[in-house]
Amino acid sequence: MDLSLISLEIGVALIGVLVLLIDLWTPDQHRKHLGWFVVLGLVAAFGFELKNSANLSGDDAMGFRRDSLTVFFHGFFVMAGIMVTLLTISYADRIRRSIGELYALICFALTGMLFAAGATSFVMLFVSVELVTIAFYVLTSFESHRLRSLEAGVKYLILGAASSAVMVFGIALIYGSTGELGYTAIREHIAGLDAAGYGNLILFSTGIILVLAGLAFKVAAVPFQLWVPDVYQGAPTPVTAFLSAGSKAAGFVLLLRVVSEAAVDLWRKPEFIEQLPIVNLRTLLAVMAGATILYGTLCALRQRNLKRLLGYSSIASAGYALLGVVALNEEGTQALLFYLAGYLFAVMAAFTIIAMVTEEAEDEDISVLANLHKRSPLFAVTLTLAIVSMAGVPPLAGFFGKFLLLKSAFGVMDQDPVMPWVIGIALVSVVISLYYYFGVIREIFWGTGRFWVGDDDKPKTSPIECPDTADILVMICVFWLLALGLYPEPVLNVVQDAAHSLFAAPVN
Amino acid sequence: MSPLTLILALPLLTALVLAVLPKENRQLFRRGAQLATLVSLLLAVYVFVNFEKAKTQHFTEASDSPTWALEASHGYAYTQHVEWISSLNISYHVGVDGIGVVMVLMASLVAFAAACCAREIQTREKEFYILLLLMTGGILGAFMSLDVFLMYFLHELALVPTFIMIGVWGRGENRDYAAYKITLYLSLGALLTLAGVIMLYLKFGTFSLLTMMDHAAEAGIPIGDEMVMFGLLMFGLGILVGLWPFHTWAPLGYAAAPTATAMMHAGVIKKFGLFMLLRVAMPLLPEGRDFWFPILAWLCLGNILYCGLVAMRQKDLNLLIGNSSVAHMGFIFLGLASATFIGVSGAVLVMVAHGLLAALVFALSGHLFQQARTLDMEKLNGLLHSIPVWGTLMIMALMAGCGLPGFANFAGELTVFIGAWKAYPIVTGIAVWSALVIGAVYMLRAIRKLLHGEWGQDTPEIEDLTWCQRAPYLLLVIALLQFGLFPRFLTDKINAASEHISKAIKVQTDDHLNE
Repeated sequence: MDLSLISLEIGVALIGVLVLLIDLWTPDQHRKHLGWFVVLGLVAAFGFELKNSANLSGDDAMGFRRDSLTVFFHGFFVMAGIMVTLLTISYADRIRRSIGELYALICFALTGMLFAAGATSFVMLFVSVELVTIAFYVLTSFESHRLRSLEAGVKYLILGAASSAVMVFGIALIYGSTGELGYTAIREHIAGLDAAGYGNLILFSTGIILVLAGLAFKVAAVPFQLWVPDVYQGAPTPVTAFLSAGSKAAGFVLLLRVVSEAAVDLWRKPEFIEQLPIVNLRTLLAVMAGATILYGTLCALRQRNLKRLLGYSSIASAGYALLGVVALNEEGTQALLFYLAGYLFAVMAAFTIIAMVTEEAEDEDISVLANLHKRSPLFAVTLTLAIVSMAGVPPLAGFFGKFLLLKSAFGVMDQDPVMPWVIGIALVSVVISLYYYFGVIREIFWGTGRFWVGDDDKPKTSPIECPDTADILVMICVFWLLALGLYPEPVLNVVQDAAHSLFAAPVN
Repeated sequence: MSPLTLILALPLLTALVLAVLPKENRQLFRRGAQLATLVSLLLAVYVFVNFEKAKTQHFTEASDSPTWALEASHGYAYTQHVEWISSLNISYHVGVDGIGVVMVLMASLVAFAAACCAREIQTREKEFYILLLLMTGGILGAFMSLDVFLMYFLHELALVPTFIMIGVWGRGENRDYAAYKITLYLSLGALLTLAGVIMLYLKFGTFSLLTMMDHAAEAGIPIGDEMVMFGLLMFGLGILVGLWPFHTWAPLGYAAAPTATAMMHAGVIKKFGLFMLLRVAMPLLPEGRDFWFPILAWLCLGNILYCGLVAMRQKDLNLLIGNSSVAHMGFIFLGLASATFIGVSGAVLVMVAHGLLAALVFALSGHLFQQARTLDMEKLNGLLHSIPVWGTLMIMALMAGCGLPGFANFAGELTVFIGAWKAYPIVTGIAVWSALVIGAVYMLRAIRKLLHGEWGQDTPEIEDLTWCQRAPYLLLVIALLQFGLFPRFLTDKINAASEHISKAIKVQTDDHLNE
């Protein structure tokens, strides 16, 4: 076994352990600077991995493959990890418990995500999902002096455990029907099935659907999205950002590999589709995508709590990203990866600013953004750019991502009778979503504060006090939002490579 | 580097520079925006004047590269081609033909006038001028792009600025509502267009307009698909223009917008939908065109008749000119729907004329509003006595609006009617009569109420335009008169380009008949 394949994962886990150790000998007032150690460690570990990047291999016996898709997601998760750590440093004063544990848990969750990026067996899938989810149970309830945070933790725990159980049951069915756990072995087994084996096929596809249900919980797709608003609202804001950017992306990479490696014959072989019309994966995913987009968009319309608003918007985004999975081809995967990259920076920028503003105002109502253009022009512009990017308006990253997704969806429009409807829903939802996205912009530039308190409680006009780390973080996000929107070519090449490696695997 | 790139980049770069300057320097932003748009205008004039020469030169050098040959064969000049996103066949490709060059000239003229007429903005100038420049650069670029993706991309730059401008500097109680309404309508139109553009891309495999036009004949798009695509483009772009019955955002939005925004939107940005319909949908999708254009011809009667009647009932000056501007879009649609050489040329002529006119009228009403704080025509009477310069300009503008010979609008509308007569005699007949009667009724009534007669009791004291304020108005009026009295300035260039389009259409129709 070649340990250098998982050097990054080992490195990140070590950083987490080291942080816990150093934390013991660090005086209270310096603890928040441990974050810098994490950031430097992550940069170093990823640099080491890139240096070894010629070593793209991995075998399914290990259940872990390192191809360009893995490397892309490693970069994605490390970037997310770095930004979340920076955000945590800026947010540290509000955390009353020992902040060292928070950094360590972020590292552990990150390790899970990194494993998820390369998981090619159901064992690895389950372990990495659990590693991520269990770390997040603690992270969401980290502000234990706040009732909401505890509530969020409990909700996430119960629903997360239930979804894990469903997933384990699915894996058991898959193992029972094929006798294998590695994706390649499963695919070979399924491809060899003849008419006599269709009983097994039913069991297998039920198993796949149950696993997809568990992953749908991770990416927050309808009908497994109910936890999102409460958990997003209750969790500490850096954790919410990590949930929204990192955990969701981990769900998508697992989903991609399951659908296009283990279950590839379920949607590719015409005789299987004929035999099992109920479990036509493409239809299933398409309906899910449409419902997710619509649910997220409609629920966000009347939402005034900023974190809940972004929660619903993240549901809608998951729906759009699912469109890339529905396409079930290289083009769709490319679009999905690009969309996630743009989404990462938009979400991080939005949550950073919201964290700073809500922390100061001790309120999460949308009206706290009033006068932001006066209080901090940098934040006002960045939040506008982030929101506009999420809404999918040129010239930002989000537009290009949505454009690619729609293009890939149009490409498979004649493959399934529900596709035109789903595309229609996606298009109309973009328009509807502008209502609440632009509501945020409205509040930033000409909001008048709370309409219900009258004249004596005007919104503040004093500049926002915030740590430099937040400014740095925000500028990184702005750079990437513009770069991905104006000159997407380099990143496009990377995602093309990654998508290619997913579909280049020999298919019989 | 093509001068077109400068025309497009100057406003955008200036916006970037202004963004880092301290906001205390309030005059600086106004001057900066005026300077940037003025230089763009001068460059546009340069391009306009030297267009024929450059075209000939382009033609002689055409053998240098296949791209050049392609551009020259379609009558383009001043082109520039840079790879942008090569994996998707998207490139930065700009250039103008006879239609593009007049649109760019009109747009940059209106942009300069708008930057000059934004005096009413007394708060947060920095943000305003940055947004105005963003909008200007985007729309100027949209009129010169030869890449459909770039065209869409640049046009969409105006969406967010519009929203913020109406919200922050807009007028009236329900400007929030107006801001949302205009944004949602425009983005709905834009998304339908995007859907059509994506479907086009999937058929042709490229976003390059010229390559698509060369392969339009052999693309072999099924008729059903073509009808869907053309329908998406027609209604999507129609919403952007204010095609009846999707026009309700326009008068409301213009009434609530600050002067410069209304000028840019009504004058320039609204023309983009027509421009793209003419450029992309008409030559590429012949079957779809034959199916949808008769329907479009009847819908445009809705613009001319219905919006004209609505305009007759307005008491607010801005709502009146907003509705009349929507009504005028009907003529352009009619000209395009005829799909004949004369009709298309006329439509482009009206696009230019109406762009200048709309900018002039909104600038004038903006001045009035800034002074009087109301545009209620019941309260404003007999203004010609107290503010003669403004009044004279207003009379000229309103007269041009009802098609007085001598102004460019007359030349354009007449050409449209001649062109459309053969294709849709009934629609044209109704349109001519109603346009003449209805247009004259509301325009003349506005003149009577607003300008002539006794000084009203409720009419506030109003100052006339000072000398330096007059410049942008005069510029617009002179352009209107010049193009009205000597339409050849425009038509020579437009005709050459619309001949290309109508030739493409004719070839397609002949093929169709031969089958």
